[in-house]
Amino acid sequence: MPAHLEPESAAAADNARTVMDGSDIGRALTRIAHEILERNKGGSDLVLLGIPSRGVPLAERIAERIASVEGYAVPVGSLDITMYRDDLRMKPARALLPTQIPQGGIDGRTVVLVDDVLFSGRTIRAALDALGDIGRPKAVRLAVLVDRGHRELPIRADFVGKNLPTSLVERVRVRLLGVDDVDAVTILGSEGEGA
Amino acid sequence: MKRHLLSAADLSRDDAELVLTTAEELRSLADRPIKKLPALRGRTVVNLFFEDSTRTRISFEAAAKRLSADVINFAAKGSSLSKGESLKDTALTLEAMGADAVVVRHSASGAPHRLAHSGWVRSSVVNAGDGTHEHPTQALLDAFTMWRHLGPKSGGSLDGRRVAIVGDVLHSRVARSNALLLRTLGAEVTLVSPPTLLPVGIESWPVETSYDLDAVLPKADAVMMLRVQRERMHGGFFPTAREYSRRYGLDGRRMALLQDHTIVMHPGPMVRGMEITADVADSDRSVIVEQVTNGVAVRMAVLYLLLGGSQPAVSTEGLPE
Amino acid sequence: MTTYLVKNASILGGDPTDLLIADGVVKEIGGDLSADGAETVDATGLVALPGLVDLHTHLREPGREDAETVESGTRAAALGGFTAVHAMANTEPVADTAGVVEQVWRLGREAGHCDVYPVGAVTVGLAGERLAELGAMADSAARVRVFSDDGRCVSDAVLMRRALEYVKAFDGVVAQHAQEPRLTEGAQMNEGELSGRLGLAGWPAVAEEAIIARDCLLAAHVGSRLHVCHVSTAGSVEIVRWAKAKGWDVTAEACPHHLLLTDELAATYDPIYKVNPPLRTAADAEALRAGLADGTIDIVATDHAPHPHEDKDCEWAAAAFGMLGLETALSIVQETMVDPGLLDWAGVADRMSYTPARIGRVADHGRPIDVGEPANVVLYDPSARRTVEASESASLSRNTPYAGMELPGRVVATFLRGRATVLDGKLA
Repeated sequence: MPAHLEPESAAAADNARTVMDGSDIGRALTRIAHEILERNKGGSDLVLLGIPSRGVPLAERIAERIASVEGYAVPVGSLDITMYRDDLRMKPARALLPTQIPQGGIDGRTVVLVDDVLFSGRTIRAALDALGDIGRPKAVRLAVLVDRGHRELPIRADFVGKNLPTSLVERVRVRLLGVDDVDAVTILGSEGEGA
Repeated sequence: MKRHLLSAADLSRDDAELVLTTAEELRSLADRPIKKLPALRGRTVVNLFFEDSTRTRISFEAAAKRLSADVINFAAKGSSLSKGESLKDTALTLEAMGADAVVVRHSASGAPHRLAHSGWVRSSVVNAGDGTHEHPTQALLDAFTMWRHLGPKSGGSLDGRRVAIVGDVLHSRVARSNALLLRTLGAEVTLVSPPTLLPVGIESWPVETSYDLDAVLPKADAVMMLRVQRERMHGGFFPTAREYSRRYGLDGRRMALLQDHTIVMHPGPMVRGMEITADVADSDRSVIVEQVTNGVAVRMAVLYLLLGGSQPAVSTEGLPE
Repeated sequence: MTTYLVKNASILGGDPTDLLIADGVVKEIGGDLSADGAETVDATGLVALPGLVDLHTHLREPGREDAETVESGTRAAALGGFTAVHAMANTEPVADTAGVVEQVWRLGREAGHCDVYPVGAVTVGLAGERLAELGAMADSAARVRVFSDDGRCVSDAVLMRRALEYVKAFDGVVAQHAQEPRLTEGAQMNEGELSGRLGLAGWPAVAEEAIIARDCLLAAHVGSRLHVCHVSTAGSVEIVRWAKAKGWDVTAEACPHHLLLTDELAATYDPIYKVNPPLRTAADAEALRAGLADGTIDIVATDHAPHPHEDKDCEWAAAAFGMLGLETALSIVQETMVDPGLLDWAGVADRMSYTPARIGRVADHGRPIDVGEPANVVLYDPSARRTVEASESASLSRNTPYAGMELPGRVVATFLRGRATVLDGKLA
């Protein structure tokens, strides 16, 4: 299984600090779902596109919540940004992840990009380029579970699960049931924590 | 993946599966209004075709362009008999132009190998067909086609699937590459051919052989018909075209022997009436046209995996983030 | 002429002794020899062999002087320990007349590095249609005794019969390049499991063996002698063995490259390994070595075949067939035959000097090293080891398959009728 999908083992997370557990995540997603609906004034013309890998289950969960509130299904899909990365040529060619644009496309619709962690902003820039080659949305919004700061580009999220100030040496790990074996957001490598 | 793709044997199972999964992702590009990805922007791909082949060249050209690469087409005159500009001089010219990849088709077996190992060029060399030796991207697109039709039902792989390859194996680079690649992917290959068209030493290949097409067809999950040139008759390989078709051609009667899910393939161009009849070629079982579409996606995958990063893709577990 | 006092040489591997070479002959052999005014050659640790005789060389002149000339080829020969070479007839123009063979013979005399015995073509232009003027060539100054269409096979059975009969008149011999042409149309490498995998057209062993069998039967039938060039397969060795057992006058040669190299090398697609007949399997090479050891294969011949750069620096199918061989022959024979104990130095003298001279009817070469005999002598150091450097060859061409290989032995000195052509490993 490729590294980005490997479930984190409990042992590796020994010197980690859990900042969100399963229930925290659930509540955050519920709030995000409501915020999306509020901002969009309903669920019509919405398309949720998760950025693989963990953005996809997040998008699906948000879609479920929207469905239970509005009573109909909002199109969900995935958008792989591998080929649009600005660091493509710095490492060996990477395997592609699934891009699945729902039927009906994105033209004239409000696309909500969904990702687990917002950090430098480069992933989202790549996603915007990818979207541009697929169609012309009416608007693009961004929903993230965690915003850890340290933006390198002028990118910001519209909907945030948790703002998490971090230092650059720390690593933020998001685990989600279905991909991993638990729902949790942890910070690793904090100063003064473990060996 | 290795730097060059010269033979299907250059691909491990992981490499081959990586190409197939990448091709699957790239195939949907054909449905988009903007059929372009930026991955190979600024890379130069040279099509070096010493043998006429519009279809394969166009396929590679489309693949490279859809990845935003610059494409230079170089149709060099010069068979192995009348040399014209030599392979070496052509290669040195390309190197001076700064090619990142050279896609080469040549009538001499081993010419891409020479290009890759002579030190004349630093680019990646992709074999688009060399003499009677190999045609690895054809085998990849054939495997991809089979995988799309047969794969999901068997858990997403070709393990244990039975593939019959029928025709002039002796002169077929497609047969060679397919035999190697299908075996790598876990399929079982049976070559069906008159004895004159099987190479000496075939017993050492990872395949079964048979002279009896009717016996092999009912068990096959995919049947691949190879082009058989009528001119082979003059070398004594078979007495008449009619006898060849009667014994080894896929016609309506034989098509009825196939299982419901069995697909019929052909690398093209077909000699209708020789190895395959019109009703078979145009039937629902035939995926011949789809093979061509898949060819672009597969070649995009190969070019991307070779040139898209700082070096060819590492296909074993644990991809770097 | 300089007198040479060779000290402590081991004649054919025997106990060290001295040789005095003067006035073109071996004057004296014995311990502690001395001679006033003689140049001393210290042959401690060296083996003395009779000057080697190559029955199969391509000097390319006239016509392909871009690949080799008589001058450059005979230099390479001398450095390889040869005092006589037979120059094959596939030049441009073909050596099928007295005029051309005399030209080649004269060029050899002028160059002076070794004796050149031109081989006459069997058929006009090597076309295989009608006999060339064999008698005229035999009577010419070149005194041709060996006739060959080498490069091509005399495949027409009637023509081969006629040639075998005709040369009896002047004690000539037909040297056949055994290759059935129809079975080998477009052939590139040995036909076997590897050729099928590499997509290179195969050259089946039967195409060589069938012709050899036919020619042995023909020679027996008309009471003529036959020489078979470059035997390359185990089956061919067996056929020659069978013919000799019948008492038929058949001789055969094997080339150094067929003793050492196999068809596996073709997997590199590097045409440096492309040769005719092709490199065969390990089993074939082993059978050749055994055949050379027991005398079924009478001689080693180099089939030295120079080619210019562009004829080898290309894709396999476009490349020419052939490898250099003069400068490495003795080392390869040491590596494959002497060191493993299959042949001793007396055997080497037989296979590379006495017998080739006898087959070619060459009078003053292939003589034993003895008092009164012409001083055609090679001094060879079997304990040396050297890495083959293509760029250091005296040949004008560079197509040696041994480039970068470490081989045993080194020719230290070569004497042609008492005159040193090579001293201290270099041209004198």
